[in-house]
Amino acid sequence: MSDQVQSKLLKRMSTIKHKILVLSGKGGVGKSTVSTQLAFSLALSRKDIRVGILDVDICGPSIPKMLGIDKNEVFTCTEGWVPVKVKLSGDDDDNRLCCMSIGFLLQSEDDAVVWRGPKKHSMIQQFLEDTYWGDLDALIIDTPPGTSDEHITLAEILKESKPDGAIIVTTPQGVSLADVRKEINFCNKLGIPVLGVVENMSGFACPCCNEITNIFSSGGGRKLAEQFNIDFLGQIPIDPQLASCEDEGKNFLQSFPESASAKELENITNKIKKRITLL
Amino acid sequence: MSDAPVDANSTCVGPKSEQAGKASSCEGCPSQLLCASGEGRKEDPAVNQIKDAMRIVKHKFLVLSGKGGVGKSTFSSQLALALSLNDKIISKARQGQAAMDEDEDEDMNVTQVGVLDIDLCGPSIPRMFGLESQQLHQSNLGWSPAYYKDNLAVVSIGFMLPNADDPVIWRGPKKNGLIKQFLRDVYWGDSLDYLVIDTPPGTSDEHITVVQYLREADLDGAIVITTPQDVSCADVRRELSFCKKVNIPVIGVVENMSGFVCPNCKNETKIFKPSKSGGGEKLAEQFGVPFLGRIPLDPRVMNACENGKSIIEEMPDSPASQALLEIVQKVKNQTNHLHQNKTF
Ligand SMILES: Nc1ncnc2c1ncn2[C@@H]1O[C@H](COP(=O)(O)OP(=O)(O)OP(=O)(O)O)[C@@H](O)[C@H]1O
Ligand SMILES: Nc1ncnc2c1ncn2[C@@H]1O[C@H](COP(=O)(O)OP(=O)(O)O)[C@@H](O)[C@H]1O
Ligand SMILES: [Mg+2]
Ligand SMILES: [Mg+2]
Ligand SMILES: [Zn+2]
Repeated sequence: MSDQVQSKLLKRMSTIKHKILVLSGKGGVGKSTVSTQLAFSLALSRKDIRVGILDVDICGPSIPKMLGIDKNEVFTCTEGWVPVKVKLSGDDDDNRLCCMSIGFLLQSEDDAVVWRGPKKHSMIQQFLEDTYWGDLDALIIDTPPGTSDEHITLAEILKESKPDGAIIVTTPQGVSLADVRKEINFCNKLGIPVLGVVENMSGFACPCCNEITNIFSSGGGRKLAEQFNIDFLGQIPIDPQLASCEDEGKNFLQSFPESASAKELENITNKIKKRITLL
Repeated sequence: MSDAPVDANSTCVGPKSEQAGKASSCEGCPSQLLCASGEGRKEDPAVNQIKDAMRIVKHKFLVLSGKGGVGKSTFSSQLALALSLNDKIISKARQGQAAMDEDEDEDMNVTQVGVLDIDLCGPSIPRMFGLESQQLHQSNLGWSPAYYKDNLAVVSIGFMLPNADDPVIWRGPKKNGLIKQFLRDVYWGDSLDYLVIDTPPGTSDEHITVVQYLREADLDGAIVITTPQDVSCADVRRELSFCKKVNIPVIGVVENMSGFVCPNCKNETKIFKPSKSGGGEKLAEQFGVPFLGRIPLDPRVMNACENGKSIIEEMPDSPASQALLEIVQKVKNQTNHLHQNKTF
């Protein structure tokens, strides 16, 4: 990376207090879910917090849909790309949560982004260099599964500006844990601190009889955290209401604040806030 | 079809064109220099080598999905296991009955099946066949696969890692190199009836590479997996656009994890339900491709996969197994049909 690029990046990142990556070796475990809900939860926890989400899942961007802003476009100003804003209910303006994703740049939502690594690399670099976030308390970066181009690029580009660390998301079963162990070793190799592990989709309470079935087993995330001696952040059950809210782009935490999964999400957020000393 | 690469811009003139690297649409393309140098006009020798190597394989399927965790590897392994079972076991299973020992020794035509895992960063295939400790061996004929049983061979990067937890931190070109080797240098035996190729989520290097090599080599087509919810369908729509763009036939769409039946009260909950999209069936309809069926969310499916077992053999009477049997039959019909069209 040229010095010019590097200094532009550092300048961009200097207005962002905390940078958190959401990672998992496995697909479909809930990275985008954790990213979105964490962003909502942080923003809802205090009136003066500003949060951004950067979606670097170039081939499968889900964040715009989950935030209910998938019909929006990105505009440019002299400072760069203006991220798309999300209004929180209860707020007077829409200035506390914003998002940047390749989803906003596609002509049609069915467009396949058929890109090899180098093109993805330049796109991610451009996102980090050219997005005009303004002052943010936290930037949450959602990633695709794996340990390849996107991840190497992020690690390289963010190295100088020191991200706070990564939240690792897993589901409880063995196939998932196997991939996630690789992801933790990836973080260790590239010097990204691990903030902790979230176990998602553990257990499903039947809406009819309340019997809990561990569809994807349970407890794997906690064991993993113990094994690697990292923090276990919490366990989110399978919740059909969460899935529906995300499909419809509704704010789950404000729609179902009393649900077990909303409470657990809040716990997780509090642990993360403590960990990165955003109090 | 033009000779433009799979991942080219829509305005690409193609690397073999006289204008390659010089046309206005080449501006800003990462391959511009390569094309301008004339390098692009040279045929990648691997294309023909792979075409040759693949002659011994009758049917080749790609299992794809834009979304992660929807069950590509699960479906790939269960499909391969199902294809490897003999007709007697299959017809018993269709009646919900388990096979007897004598069914297995039956002296019939044995179907030879291969599974190739090109998910290099998150290979799940070794585990789903219970072959985690296996290694690939090099012989003078090529790389020899790990064998689940005599007629079921498996190749995955998982067999090449010194330590199972080692991350594979590779950018595209390195991944492409290994996929090329997998397609060209594996010795599957004298012939294979089916080769099932499991892929990582997305539409990037692995997919572009495998399609670029196999579209010359008589690929039957892709089976596209989705789960019912909109977020997943949205990604899968992109995958179907990809198939269309690069001209690979879609054998059909499978909807996985549709509905969960509570083991206690037998009530069905649609945990992942489509809000607007209508799920897999609607998706197939919109893209004009066959819908192959739905596999319910069943903890026993997951357990069978964690233990490298075929659900059709282990629990033939379960709804998931019955759904899978239906789907496998459709896949077989479809591909026989495809092949007839191709050869005659
Ligand atoms: N119908 C089902 N019922 C219950 N569990 C299932 C079902 N289908 C898949 N699973 C489980 O879901 C998990 C994810 O499946 P799988 O690994 O096959 O997904 P994938 O699409 O290959 O993921 P990736 O994109 O990460 O490669 C596995 O643990 C699998 O056992
Ligand atoms: N705890 C949960 N309960 C119910 N559905 C969930 C839960 N976590 C995730 N989902 C759903 O599972 C799907 C995959 O999650 P997503 O966040 O897109 O995964 P990833 O980003 O890892 O691919 C989404 O449809 C999401 O709404
Ligand atoms: Mg995602
Ligand atoms: Mg897989
Ligand atoms: Zn019940």
